[in-house]
Amino acid sequence: MTALLVVEGVGKRFRGLTAVDRVSFTLAAGEIFAVIGPNGAGKTTLFNMIAGVLKPNDGAISFCGERIDGLTPDAVCRRGIGRTFQIVRPFPGLSVEDNVLIGALLHRKDMAAARRCARDVLGRLDLYDKRGVQAASLTLPDRKRLELARALATDPKLLLLDEVMAGLRPTETDRMVEILKTLNRETGVSILLIEHVMRAVMALAGHMLVLHHGAPIASGKPEEVVRDPAVITSYLGQETVI
Amino acid sequence: MKALWGEMNGRGRVVLAVAVLLLLLAPTVATRYLVSVLTLIFYFVYVGQAWNLMMGYAGQLSLGHALYVGVGGYVSAALWVHFGIGPWLGVFPAVLLAASFGAAIGWLGFRFGIEGVYFALLTIAFAEFTRIGFDHIDVVGGAGGLFIPYEEARLGEWWNLRGGQLFFYYLAFGLAAIAVLVTALLARSRLGYQWRAVREDEAAARALGIDAFRAKMKAILISSAMTAVGGVFYAFYYNSLFPAQMFEMSRSIELILGPIVGGLGTVFGPVIGAFLLTPLGEILIGVTEALGINAPGAKAVFFGLTLMVIIYLVPTGVWPWLSKTLGLTGRRS
Repeated sequence: MTALLVVEGVGKRFRGLTAVDRVSFTLAAGEIFAVIGPNGAGKTTLFNMIAGVLKPNDGAISFCGERIDGLTPDAVCRRGIGRTFQIVRPFPGLSVEDNVLIGALLHRKDMAAARRCARDVLGRLDLYDKRGVQAASLTLPDRKRLELARALATDPKLLLLDEVMAGLRPTETDRMVEILKTLNRETGVSILLIEHVMRAVMALAGHMLVLHHGAPIASGKPEEVVRDPAVITSYLGQETVI
Repeated sequence: MKALWGEMNGRGRVVLAVAVLLLLLAPTVATRYLVSVLTLIFYFVYVGQAWNLMMGYAGQLSLGHALYVGVGGYVSAALWVHFGIGPWLGVFPAVLLAASFGAAIGWLGFRFGIEGVYFALLTIAFAEFTRIGFDHIDVVGGAGGLFIPYEEARLGEWWNLRGGQLFFYYLAFGLAAIAVLVTALLARSRLGYQWRAVREDEAAARALGIDAFRAKMKAILISSAMTAVGGVFYAFYYNSLFPAQMFEMSRSIELILGPIVGGLGTVFGPVIGAFLLTPLGEILIGVTEALGINAPGAKAVFFGLTLMVIIYLVPTGVWPWLSKTLGLTGRRS
């Protein structure tokens, strides 16, 4: 397997606080990789450095063999990394279809082709029937799927998903897991998940990394990681049943 | 044309075609006064549309668009008065200089993250500086103003914008029509959607690969360049330019009221806005005169009250409400 995303010794400090401390991992093409950890562990900071929102103080991030750390968010997206936001940010005044169309226009100059692509993606994510609705009036699960649809329409090689399961009911979570699995299988898109919902992580991830106080404490296959004593004491807790 | 046609359904197209036809034929029956009011309406459609591209679509609030009108007008008028360079040629340096001002404001604002009302303050500051500057530029008459001389011999030289009332009527109509077409085209283009994305949520737009800085720069460049052409028209129509009158903030406000009342970020909002507000201003002058109210600002008070009522009744603008009520856009059920 070839490495798609390589994170090497990446660190980020905010004044005196070390948010992310020398984190390294490699995400292979076609893989689903999860980053977990308690609140404040530095997951979102790590995510934002990959997405180009923050510039790391140390280390390097490479995507498809090229350095991407320090690039702007739009440049990162143009190289093939799509992202969602932890707190969803659809374009509220636009229709569902136009939201996705804007994503599709990134690599398509032709309006008709972009619209076809947008509708195709909406179909995959159960949003086709709501394409004419204003995004502001969608429910939370629909908004989460809309964010995913918008990111997908940019034809990413890698999807960065920041807690897409948060706030979803168990049945909705299962549906999202199923959608992501299908996407990964059918389109080959790699996925980097930042997630709290262990049930989703266990169902999806091939590899995972556990952060605690900004530093990696464990990594490997999910079933191995959840038995790691350090992970149990710092994050999962003794009583956790998966 | 296709883009414009696409905005409307069957009924809308008929209304649009009839309206255009009526306006083309209007001078044959209308009085001189009515023709001059319509000319002014077209002018406000044009500049309102230019401002609408920047605010309505790209979401960047400019309260200093009088700057571009003034620069456009002054450059073309000065070239004509001093060097005999006609406005068809003079419009190019006029547009270039106005767009340079736009580029400077845009670069300062967008590169350094000055957003929203702070960006608006920047646009006001530039317009005010320019007003004060022009007070002291003697080549263009300073505070005393610049006048395009009335020359009997040149009357009818339409290619130098030395035409009569009818000529300016159709010129203004043409400008307004072009502005509406350009807006319709841009609104449906890739750039139009990039603008909307930036307007709605800049961080989300960037996450979709949109270079927000470039998109916003394109908006201010197109808008300032378009507005400058309006300034050229204004200079040769009124033949007199004063810094206080051209660059004053009230001129910037006057130009943005149409799109706001008509409906921001819509193709026909600025059109409806201009057709409502310009006659309203004229009517109010008549009414206050008839009632013998000579208090300064009486017209402005009535005007303000009327605006408040309209915005209270249709907060998203008259056009979205009107087109829905009359069934001019979208599929009819």
